Amino acid sequence: MKKMLIKIITTCLFISTTIFGQRVVLINGAGATFPYPLYSKWFYEYAKIDKTVNFNYQSIGSGGGIRQILAQTVDFGATDAFMTDNQLKQAPGKILHIPMTAGAVVLIYNIPELKGKKALKLTPEIISKIYLGKIKKWNDKLIQLENPDVSLPDKNIVVARRSDGSGTTFIFTEYLCEVSQEWENKVGKGTSVNWPVGLGGKGNEGVAGIVKNTPYSIGYVEISYAMQNNLDYAMVKNKDGYYVKPTIESITAAIEDKAKNMPDDYRISIVNAGGKNSYPITGLTWVLVYQKQQDKVRGEKLVQFLKWAVTDGQNYCKDLLYAPLPKNLRDKILKTIETIEY
Amino acid sequence: MNRKLKDKIFRFIIYISVCVVVFVFLFITIYVVYKGFSSINLDFFIRLPKPVGEKGGGMVNAIVGSFMIVCLAALFSVPLSILTGIYLSEYKNEKFANVVRSALEILSGVPSIIIGIFVYGLVVVPMKRFSLLAGSIALSIIMLPLIAKTTEEMLNMIPLSIKEAGLALGLKKWKVVFYILLNTAKPGVLTGILLSLARVFGETAPLLFTSFGNRFWHRSILEPAAALPLQIFVYAIAPYDDWNRQAWAGAFVLIVLVCILIFLSRRLILKYK
Amino acid sequence: MRKKDYSDKVFEVILKLSAAISLSIVILLVLVLIKHSFLSIKTFKLRFFINTVWDPVFEKFGALPFIYGTLLTSFLALVISVPISISIALFLSEFAERKLKEFLSVVITLLAAIPSVIYGLWGIFVLAPIMRNYVGPILQKFFGFLPFFQGNIYGLDYLSASVVLSIMITPTISSISKELFDAVPKNLKEAALALGATKYEMIKISVLKTTKVGIIAAILLGLGRAIGETMAVTMIIGNIPNISLSLFSSGATLASVIANEFAEATEDLYLSSLYYIGLVLFLVTLILNIISKFLIKHLSKTK
Repeated sequence: MKKMLIKIITTCLFISTTIFGQRVVLINGAGATFPYPLYSKWFYEYAKIDKTVNFNYQSIGSGGGIRQILAQTVDFGATDAFMTDNQLKQAPGKILHIPMTAGAVVLIYNIPELKGKKALKLTPEIISKIYLGKIKKWNDKLIQLENPDVSLPDKNIVVARRSDGSGTTFIFTEYLCEVSQEWENKVGKGTSVNWPVGLGGKGNEGVAGIVKNTPYSIGYVEISYAMQNNLDYAMVKNKDGYYVKPTIESITAAIEDKAKNMPDDYRISIVNAGGKNSYPITGLTWVLVYQKQQDKVRGEKLVQFLKWAVTDGQNYCKDLLYAPLPKNLRDKILKTIETIEY
Repeated sequence: MNRKLKDKIFRFIIYISVCVVVFVFLFITIYVVYKGFSSINLDFFIRLPKPVGEKGGGMVNAIVGSFMIVCLAALFSVPLSILTGIYLSEYKNEKFANVVRSALEILSGVPSIIIGIFVYGLVVVPMKRFSLLAGSIALSIIMLPLIAKTTEEMLNMIPLSIKEAGLALGLKKWKVVFYILLNTAKPGVLTGILLSLARVFGETAPLLFTSFGNRFWHRSILEPAAALPLQIFVYAIAPYDDWNRQAWAGAFVLIVLVCILIFLSRRLILKYK
Repeated sequence: MRKKDYSDKVFEVILKLSAAISLSIVILLVLVLIKHSFLSIKTFKLRFFINTVWDPVFEKFGALPFIYGTLLTSFLALVISVPISISIALFLSEFAERKLKEFLSVVITLLAAIPSVIYGLWGIFVLAPIMRNYVGPILQKFFGFLPFFQGNIYGLDYLSASVVLSIMITPTISSISKELFDAVPKNLKEAALALGATKYEMIKISVLKTTKVGIIAAILLGLGRAIGETMAVTMIIGNIPNISLSLFSSGATLASVIANEFAEATEDLYLSSLYYIGLVLFLVTLILNIISKFLIKHLSKTK
């Protein structure tokens, strides 16, 4: 009897959802955790604007975004590490990189003695040595030299990094490769690397969680995660010797410095930008879509959303500390979106 | 004296162990109940998740999603496992039966994450989508050996005389099995089903790469769906305080549901005895 | 003329078909695992088990750090859990009266029923801080001269993962042991007592000695469960593929690396290596279960 009952109830539920289902299209995406705070705000707001479509995005890391779009198990991928030529070759169709925004990778730290005080100053050398495991204590000579007005504690540095495949990692290791020959030889850059040291957190959320809960730790996350969790983050010395705090302006300055050489497929790295105001650890983030969409309805909805994201959507960027794309870049991107067929 | 001392020490160790277990149990359950209960609000049960970092929102889609995934899994596994269990009991001496029995034993020991990557390769990739369906298939594979074994054991426990009586009355074999034997074994079999439901309701690993998760409603079984344990996992490892709070609330709801299922199964065992 | 009644034949076919479907699921599982791990097997062969490097950038994959992590946490979990599980089982079988027995049975059933992800949640927010702030420093103070207790204490490490695992496998080991103890014939126990043995001696001689084989089987089943445990471990072990003697160091297990990296393995060799790890995990739990069942069968044969 109970079995009968269960079966009846389930059939009703399924019938109801399939009837229910006809009115709203669900579009699935997966990938980067870097832009997740912005994307989730976008999808929430866009669902109010166009009530006939929902975007379900799972932030599983840029590596996941690339893997799942290649396997075609999602409608769009998202990544902060642009796909390599090799990866693009594996795809069953042409994949477009659509830039959505740019963000900063910040060095968050949890030093109880410094809470609420001025931001810590770090040079590229210090950062790469910490992540190589060469600088082990907070009161190391090199760190103290850059921060003469604070008394750093004699404690071990607990290093946090990503345990999953991440575009944030890609941006960070790209930067480390540019500023440290030793890093480039020993570790290299990628969405997932063989870390010399560090506790692994899953997603930007995981790393932020580790730093938040572990005293004397340091980690790298997208700036949004630092803000939303009230975590202190460092000023970094850029290529031209200026200490820059990660802000909208400094991210935009970095984009503008590097955008002079923007390729047509938008696959460009913007780390280590020069100039007085550029924050050195920045990255673009892209949505990955097939130029030829398989499904007419979903393709149309996807294109409409992308156009909105690159125009009206950019108004949500500032509050979440992502840099809006420069106007002329937006126009170029819109033209690329127009080439998507469905 | 030495012997008495050994005896005393032994008893001491035993009592300490019991205390440790009870203490750990109380510590965990009271903490989860307290933290979970204080984290719950009405929104949790009726609202969808909010954007990252914003307070509020709920897990209604995860709760419903879990129910649907488990129900569908039961739909797949219950008939198949019961029939397999009947086969194993009725034809227990056949070579094929021994092979099947061994295979099911192997299946019951497979870690659930392996079943997850199996269903990913078998269902998700060819279908080119994550789906509630794939999640249910994964869970039904976990349930299969449990229910089949219970069915076989319950049927084996029925005295041969009952079966022979049925046959002697001229009933066809299949009627004897269904109307007499299965009915007699029903409480035991239902207990087995309830216990396996309780088990898969809390499973996370097999859903990671199959049902995938969804921040909205899934619109059919061919779409990714949110599930309670999955949502708890994502929220637990996140740094947002509000998400952590919701993870505790979810844990509370999950434990309550699992306990209800176990409680029901215990009632059935008592009825059987 | 009586019409031929095929209903029994049909019934038999349906039953055999169901059994065949069940069997084919298991066969399919093995095939899928082998098929997807083939690339990695071809590339690394058996060196996979001794390579210590897990490097997705340079595409070098070795499973040793995960094998180490799995073995370390599982064995440590056994060390903690076995004495306690057997004590509980003995208590339930030999010492407790009805009310206490029922209460403890409920406790053990519930401990077994708590989903893994909830153990993980509790582990992150309750156990890890306790280990980091209290237990770890104390252990380091008294045993810091041993390499096992050196190094920084983060809370998300081998030790915490082992503690949670031990809680999770205790119900398995203790419930099987309890049934074994209950099955010891009463006269065996009474004979020992009649000869003047203390309770401890009686248990040692009549109960533990005779159930030794069964207890080993129970322990192996608990070990199998610990080895395959995924969610709770992933949330507490720190997720670093390394090999370290220090229990305060973070690590990874075969199951946790799959959970962390599967959805994102971009290159084919990377994904194939994860399937290879899945295959290894499957084989290890398979062998443990076979040995365990064999021991239990052997036990009932010698009766």
